[in-house]
Amino acid sequence: MTLDLALQYLVAGLTYGAIYAVVAIGFNIVYSATGIINFAQGEFVMLGGMLAVQLSRSMPLPAAVALSVAITAAVGAVVEVAFIRWLGKPTVLRMVVITIGVSILLREGALFLWGEGVRSLPYFTGDEVSSVGILGARISPQVFWVLGTVALIVAVLEWFYRRTLLGWEMQACAANKDAAALCGVPVRRLVTLSFAMAAAIGALAGAVVSPITYTSYAAGGPLAIKGFTVAILGGLGNSGGAVAAGLALGVVESFAVSVLPAAYKDVVTLSLLLAVLVVRPSGLFASGEAARLKEF
Amino acid sequence: MTRPFPVAALLALVPALALAAPEPIKVGALLAVTGPASFLGAPEARTLEMRVQELNARGGIGGRPIQLVLKDTGASPEKAVSFARQLIEEEKVFAILGPSTSGESMAVKGLCEEGKTLLLSMAAAEAIVNPVLPHVFKVAPRDSFAVEVIFQRMKKMGITRIGFLSSNTGFGKGGKEQVEKLAAQYGITLAVNDVYDKAATDLTAEVTKLKAANVQAILNWSIEPAQSIVVKNARQLGLTVPIFQSHGFANLQYVKAAGSAAEGVIFPASRIVVSGELAAGNPQKPVVEAYRKGYEARYGEEVSTFGGHAWDAFGILVAALEQVGPDRAKVRAAVENMKGYVGTAGVFNFSPTDHNGLDIGAFELCTVKNGRFAPLGN
Repeated sequence: MTLDLALQYLVAGLTYGAIYAVVAIGFNIVYSATGIINFAQGEFVMLGGMLAVQLSRSMPLPAAVALSVAITAAVGAVVEVAFIRWLGKPTVLRMVVITIGVSILLREGALFLWGEGVRSLPYFTGDEVSSVGILGARISPQVFWVLGTVALIVAVLEWFYRRTLLGWEMQACAANKDAAALCGVPVRRLVTLSFAMAAAIGALAGAVVSPITYTSYAAGGPLAIKGFTVAILGGLGNSGGAVAAGLALGVVESFAVSVLPAAYKDVVTLSLLLAVLVVRPSGLFASGEAARLKEF
Repeated sequence: MTRPFPVAALLALVPALALAAPEPIKVGALLAVTGPASFLGAPEARTLEMRVQELNARGGIGGRPIQLVLKDTGASPEKAVSFARQLIEEEKVFAILGPSTSGESMAVKGLCEEGKTLLLSMAAAEAIVNPVLPHVFKVAPRDSFAVEVIFQRMKKMGITRIGFLSSNTGFGKGGKEQVEKLAAQYGITLAVNDVYDKAATDLTAEVTKLKAANVQAILNWSIEPAQSIVVKNARQLGLTVPIFQSHGFANLQYVKAAGSAAEGVIFPASRIVVSGELAAGNPQKPVVEAYRKGYEARYGEEVSTFGGHAWDAFGILVAALEQVGPDRAKVRAAVENMKGYVGTAGVFNFSPTDHNGLDIGAFELCTVKNGRFAPLGN
């Protein structure tokens, strides 16, 4: 394989990987704060893309993306308040059923509002055919937008969790809810905030990737599956791990296509997941000790 | 104390009601209105809705209205099977229009045969009607014709080494079989022959493989948005070779989704997508124009070949019903022996050995010019 082809596969892989990672981060934020896997995370990504497309018809692109992120964050908060908050200490199974129910609700709502067609935002820079040449590989400018957005999200989250009081409170809430509440941390509000944050991040990702992948009312499901795989691979609750696992998985998938029939792409992904679950059940980047303390 | 009066009155009403509203003829439809094949099913459903309403407004068939029982399969063969059971066993429909996709059609055709219910599939795969089952027909041109039309053109252009991609659906599989079967006849080598997932959102890696294989042309066989993604990714990678698509590309929405990358894509389509350009003497022109005007005025979107399949399936059923009346065996025989039915996909000549009725002339090679479909010409 020549260098330019290898680079081409690498960039394709990083693009897939960045998309998976950003969905996985959404899973992690909610999981950290609540111990819940929010299966509606993929629908937040879809909603972000669809809303941005809708809004971009009546306002400039940056405003449309920002407003779409804000609306989706509000939807995330409403979902938590309406469906999750009043449950107290629900069982895992109940949460799974509720979040899957919410995902169906959001999906069918989108179908009702926007119909079954496929939509996308215009390319942020250039158009469908433009590309940048790097060492013989050709890369769509939108790929840089996606990679840049993921980097920005990770940096901001890192800053938020390490440097802000709110971030510390959220970590405290993740570590032990009761102890955090006793120290005066407003646990309930933080859980709502975590849903809003996960929704906002999903929405931002949904808007940025839509020129590449297109979006439709049903786009959330497949994204959620990949994002969930990556979240598990990286270790649930570990956002840095999610990024590493996401990028790694994307690159493996992409190079797998170069040697295997493309149909085996998902076989590779799922074999990897199974192998990791057998060898390191807590994920590639999580500490096994911490995982034992968690409920699931 | 018994009160027989109301019962008697009700009983007396039954024949009166029947007189006032003649019993409708129930026609089932299995369409992928939502899901990955909604580009097919949605215009098909809208077309059926429009035609049923028009027909009933004119008084239906012999005074009996058509009642459409439409089921949205979401392009899932499993759902199609359970809906087909429901239509045949519970609703006892007279005939089933659809399914939209080849995979679903293959899944339900056996059921319809067992249930002696006429099936008019709108999907492409040749295997739906080959071997022939007495109750199974299809109105979409067969995929082998589409492959041949494309290969003829490739031969003319001196193309011998191509990269072939298809999606993992019944449509993709059907196309793949025909491409593999016919390539050698036209002296064409498949340097790459890959299948991707129907929900694929980016195909850069697959297209890179085509680039590495140094192909002279790309042929893609799918019905999902992936066919827009393929052209986009190919052009982004700087691949400038001609791109051929299947007849699944014949919905302008795919062109819009691919933007400027779609320019110059070559694909076979029935004449409906270029009806404005048809010569005045073409027998299909009045039919296609009538459909286009009615549909576009009503729904504010362009017609596609897929909606045309629904138009044809419904038209053939109605023609047979009008000819012999609502008798299952007679209608089946009438469809089987129907000759010269002018539809949107072509002129249908059914026979006991040909339950598709279309010939290779049903396809015209088209291309994309300035975001519109145009005949490719010579």
